[in-house]
Formats: sequence, C-alpha cells, structure tokens
Amino acid sequence: MVGDMGYHFPHVFGNEAIICYLRSDSVVRWLPWIIGNIGLSAAQGILRIKASRKAGFVNWEFIMKYLPLYQKAAWLTVRIGLCGVALSVLIGLMCALVQHYRVPLLRQLTACYIELSRNTPLLIQLFFIYYGLPKLGIKTDAPSCGMAGLAFLGGGYMAEAFRSGIEAVDKAQMESAYSLGLDRWQTFFYVLLPQAVSISFPAFVANVIFLLKETSVFSAISLMDLMFTAKDLIGLYYQTVESLFLLVVFYLLILLPVSLAGTLLERRIRYAGFGV
Amino acid sequence: MPDLGFEVLLKGKNMARLLGGLGTAMQISMISVAISIFLGIIVGILMAWKNPISRAVTRCYLEIVRIMPQMVLLFLVYFGSTRAFGWNLSGELSAVIVFSFWGTAEMGDLVRGALDSIPAHQYESAWALGLSSGQVYRYIVLPQTVRRLIPLAINLITRMIKTTSLVLMIGVVEVLKVSQQIIEANRMSSPNAAFGVYLVVFLLYFAACWPISLLAGYLEKRWR
Amino acid sequence: MPEEVLAIRHLKKNFGELTVLEDISFSVGEGEVIVIVGPSGCGKSTLLRCINGLEGIQGGEILLRGTPVPKKGKDLTKVRQKIGMVFQNYELFPHLNVLENILLAPMKVQKRTREDVKEEALAMLSRVGLESKAESFPRQLSGGQKQRVAIVRTLCMHPDILLFDEVTAALDPEMVREVLDVILGLAEDGKTMLIVTHEMQFARAVADRVIFLDNARICEEGTPELFFDKPKTERAREFLKTFSFQRKSRKRQEVS
Repeated sequence: MVGDMGYHFPHVFGNEAIICYLRSDSVVRWLPWIIGNIGLSAAQGILRIKASRKAGFVNWEFIMKYLPLYQKAAWLTVRIGLCGVALSVLIGLMCALVQHYRVPLLRQLTACYIELSRNTPLLIQLFFIYYGLPKLGIKTDAPSCGMAGLAFLGGGYMAEAFRSGIEAVDKAQMESAYSLGLDRWQTFFYVLLPQAVSISFPAFVANVIFLLKETSVFSAISLMDLMFTAKDLIGLYYQTVESLFLLVVFYLLILLPVSLAGTLLERRIRYAGFGV
Repeated sequence: MPDLGFEVLLKGKNMARLLGGLGTAMQISMISVAISIFLGIIVGILMAWKNPISRAVTRCYLEIVRIMPQMVLLFLVYFGSTRAFGWNLSGELSAVIVFSFWGTAEMGDLVRGALDSIPAHQYESAWALGLSSGQVYRYIVLPQTVRRLIPLAINLITRMIKTTSLVLMIGVVEVLKVSQQIIEANRMSSPNAAFGVYLVVFLLYFAACWPISLLAGYLEKRWR
Repeated sequence: MPEEVLAIRHLKKNFGELTVLEDISFSVGEGEVIVIVGPSGCGKSTLLRCINGLEGIQGGEILLRGTPVPKKGKDLTKVRQKIGMVFQNYELFPHLNVLENILLAPMKVQKRTREDVKEEALAMLSRVGLESKAESFPRQLSGGQKQRVAIVRTLCMHPDILLFDEVTAALDPEMVREVLDVILGLAEDGKTMLIVTHEMQFARAVADRVIFLDNARICEEGTPELFFDKPKTERAREFLKTFSFQRKSRKRQEVS
C-alpha cells in the first residue's frame, strides 16, 4: 500500500468511494499499521518533495488561474456566514430573554430548542433541512438552507452565551436601578443589557468564529463554497497542493480579521465599558 | 398521512446498518478523545509552564487549531499529506489524526485553564503548612484541577462526536453515508424516505450527545 | 409636630414560614433622622427593602405622605423616585462613569435636561470632595468614594426620604469616616433619613430617634441619649454590651 504511487481520490458521493470504503478496516485495526509505516512513508515523502521542488513544486500559474473561483466562493461563505450569524444573534437574544423572564410555555420550548441545536452537528441539521424537509413540502434553495441551518445551530449557542451573561449581572444592580425609579424596560436597556453584553462578549466572539468555521460543511448541500471549490479542483486536476494552499489562505483571510477584531474589542470593552 | 419513510428503517437490516454507521463515528471519536485527553494533559502542562518558548509554541499551536475549520484540517491531512508524502491514508485514520490534533489543543487549553484557575494563595498556604512541592500537587492542586477539568473534558466528548460527522466528506462510511445508501436503495418503494431517515439520524446524534451534556452540566454544578 | 413623611402601620413580612417583621409601626417626620439598630438578622435591612418595594409585604401598610406605597407597576416606579436608597455594596453601574451614573435616573425617569442635572451633579460632587472624579469609572474609585457617589446619585433625584442600608459595612475602617461625614452633613441640612447601621458612635451623633429591632419586632424606641445610656429593656442592654465588650478585649491585647 505504501508503495502505491498512484493517487486515489475518492469522491464523497461517488460510487467507487462506497465500494472502496465498505472494504476499509475499522479504525482500531489501522493503529498498528500507522506505527509501522509512518516513518517509512515520511522518509519517502521528504524525498518526493525534494524531487518535485526541482521540477517546480507549486504551480503558480494554476493558483493565479483559479484565484477568482476562490474569491467567489469566499464571498459566498462570508455572505451566508454573516447572515447566519446575524440571525442566530436575533434568535439567541430572544431565547435568552424568554429564559430570563421565565415566560411560561415559551420557556420550555426554547429550552428544548437550545438542547436540540447544541447537541446535534450542523451537517446533520443541514441534511435534514435540505434533503428531509422538502418531502414535507418545505423546499428551500441551498443558500437559504445554509443560512437556516447556521441560524438554527448558532441560535442555541448564542442563547446560552447571552443567558449566562444576563445571569452574571448582580441582582442588586437591578434593585439599585428600581430604587432610583427606573421602570422594567429602562432597567433592562440602561442597566442589564449593557452589562450582560460586555460580560457575554468573549463568548459571543468565540461563537462567531465557531459559526464561520462551521460554514465549511456547506459543500455537503452542494453550495459552491471554499471546500466545494477545493474538492472540485483536486478531483478535476489533481493540483492538490495548490488547491489546499488557496483553501487555507482564504479561510485565514476570512477568520483572522474576525479573530483579531474580537480580541481587540474584548480588551476595549473590558477596560473602557460602554457609554449610554 | 403521506409515507414519510420511517418504515424503510424497519425493513431488513437497515436500522442495524444505521447504528453500525453511528458506531464507526463513535469509534473514531472515542479513540480521538482518548488520545486528546492523554496528549492534552501534557500540552496543557506545557501551556501553563512559565517558560516563554513553550508558551509561544503551544500558543501558536492552539491558535492554528482554533482558526482553521476542522474540515480544512481534514482535507489537508487526507488530500494534502497523501500528495506530499505519497502514502495512502484511509479516511478513518486521517480523521483520528485530525481530531486528535484538534482535541489535544482544546484539551490542553482546558488543562491550562484549570491549572491557572487555582489561586496563588492556595500554593502559598500549603507551603506555609510545610507541605513539600510534591505534596502540594498531590493533595491541593491535583484534586481541585481534576474537579474543574472533568466536566469540561466530558463536554469535549460531545464536541468530538459532533465533529466526527464531518468524516462523511472524506468518504468514511458513517451514519450519514449509510443513510444515503438506504435512501438511494429505496428510492422507488418509498420516495420520501429522506425525511424519516434523516430525522432518525438527527435524533440518534441527539441521543448520543445529550446525556453526555447533561452529565457535564450536572458535574459542573455539583463541583463548583 | 412636623409633617409626617413616612408612616408604617402594623407591617408584617415573612419568607415562607420564617417571620422577618411582625407588627412594625412607626413614623418619620419631616427632617427627622431615625437610626435603626439591632443584631444581625433582626430584619433591619428587610424593613428598608419593604419600604422601597423591593420586597413584598404580607400585612399592614406603608404610607408615603399619606398615600400607600403600591405593590408594583407604574405607580411603584413613581413612588420610588421619592424614596432614595443607598446600598451596602454601593451598586454603582460599572459600565457608566461617575457622572453618567448620576445623570441616568434624573434624565431618563424625570426627563430633566442634561445641562440642568449636570450642573447640580457637579455641585454635589464637589460638596462630597469628588469633583475631580466625574469622568472616572466606578472600578477606579475606592469603596468610600463609590459610596459617596452613590449618595450623590440618590440625592439628585430629590427624594422625600433617604434610606441608608448599612452603607459602611463593606468599607475599610479608614473610609468609614468620609462617608459618615457626608451623612452627618445631610442631617444638618434637614434631610429626612432612615439609617440602618452598626456604627453606634455615629448612630448616637446623627439620630433624632433610635429604634431597636430584635426578633422581628420593635423592642425599644427613644432618643439616642436615653437608648444608649439608659436602655429600658434587657435585650437592648445585652445588645449594647456586645459593643463595649469588644472594646475591653482589644485593650487587654494592647497591654499584653
């Protein structure tokens, strides 16, 4: 197997993959195999890289040619990702409020929803929405399905983040506001919400990054996102290194700024607080 | 009432096959969790260690893992390493490598957090009582760290299980792949099977993760 | 007899089975300063919280200038503007700076203009020696400074009566003075106040009348001179003894 110099790239939905991987062994039986062969393979690999460097290991022409394709895919990811995040913030906020103010009936419903969305993978949620629901007559196109899935998943996570933020605000803060004559809504907007937001901000940033990362499964519902593009190019041209290089670069371009902005904002909010 | 495809699962060995697919996913996640916890403890100690080099290296490692989608890591290992090193990794093995790589970083961060969360005066008061460094760790630090760590580590298991669903994308035959096969095979007899089968898969995952989440939540509350 | 600001008649409060306040009746006249003392857990703080509607009551009534304090809703919000309360843990809003903390309620609740309140707030801040801290955030202040800001915040609502709930209990000893001096100044201005405190020296100095609460009931009531020098009841004597005993033991430690 190690000596097999030909490449085999099974397509996920292709039949040959099914046949090939029905025969594949269980993970446990692979473990001794790796220990025995990894060293040998690594050595071979290094030799191959050295050999291919001479012949031009990275095909820059290819990269330049397919850059626009990745750009388009990245925009799709960003667009759907941001819409999904915005929706999940909305859902999360509503659920957190329902939980905090103990609205009867709705409270149990949102609790159920939060558990369901947090304890199932996005991929399964998408499959159900995209392939399952149309059988009930609920048809959605791929982009809105991606958005709906992300919002379903993210709503649960955001709800938890906001709920714990609201809970972390000292009860005496509300009493102090009430004793100054502020009513329920004023207390909520001027005292509870700003503090809850700054407390839950780190969790919020973590959730945004988590959700943007989760968009990488969108290719399963045939959205032409970054993963889809990369897999397509690998399958079509076997330009694996170049395709993966572009994939990593574009995910870094999307996620690094978000992560950096989050860290900066976190610091600002922690040290300066919010004004009215 | 239209046929929603639940009876497809009752036909023949379909349900057993579905559960078998789930079993594959569980196997991958359990092996990854075991490796992650073991390596994560080591990495976590390195992270908490006040050595700038170990801190910088582990920090970089954590940031890389945090910022790259697991899907991308999977592709890098499954497609990329195959190309670069010329070996032929199976999907399962790539998955175990990637999830362990990811889980180790997450676990390491949890261990670091738990170690850092023990206030300095705990060490000081133990030293003041005349305990040796070894005794301080054995009787003071370790019990507190473990209590903080166990609920979080259990949570990591549910995250691992959920992440394992991704292996579908690199051609591992797990529960979703089996569902696709079942739906495909019964396309004529029950065209609406997709609804029932995917709903069952959804609930199967929920049934696997929810009890673990509840346990983690319970322990967190109890040991706080 | 000065005009009655606050009157409490047969007030009853319990948490489930536990009776916290039983048949409490007293009244506070205009410009009067009443200090409530008593052992921990006797219901002093609960009494203040009931007056401000933070706790529901199970019987009796609380009248502010002759009208009962409503149980909840918009009316309660209105009445609360007339009852100022200062808390043990200051409860400044951490996300707002000192000035914004003071401006929030007068602007949002009483709809006064920013300039108007700001002028007043700055004047009051300088009176308590904190004019330089107007732009600071609560976390940059010491406990004593925070508590003085909290008092100014309450005063800017122009309440009919001020409630102080153990306002020095969370403070370091050297900061107690600066806060108590502010309250003494308010007493001289003729503000109507109801003060719960453990500072007996201060109670004696500031009070027009002392109410001693024990076991959920009013046990004794009188002028500070009478209460501290010739307490009528055995319970009050016991209570006051705990303070003098502490002093004696401290002296002995110093000698040895």
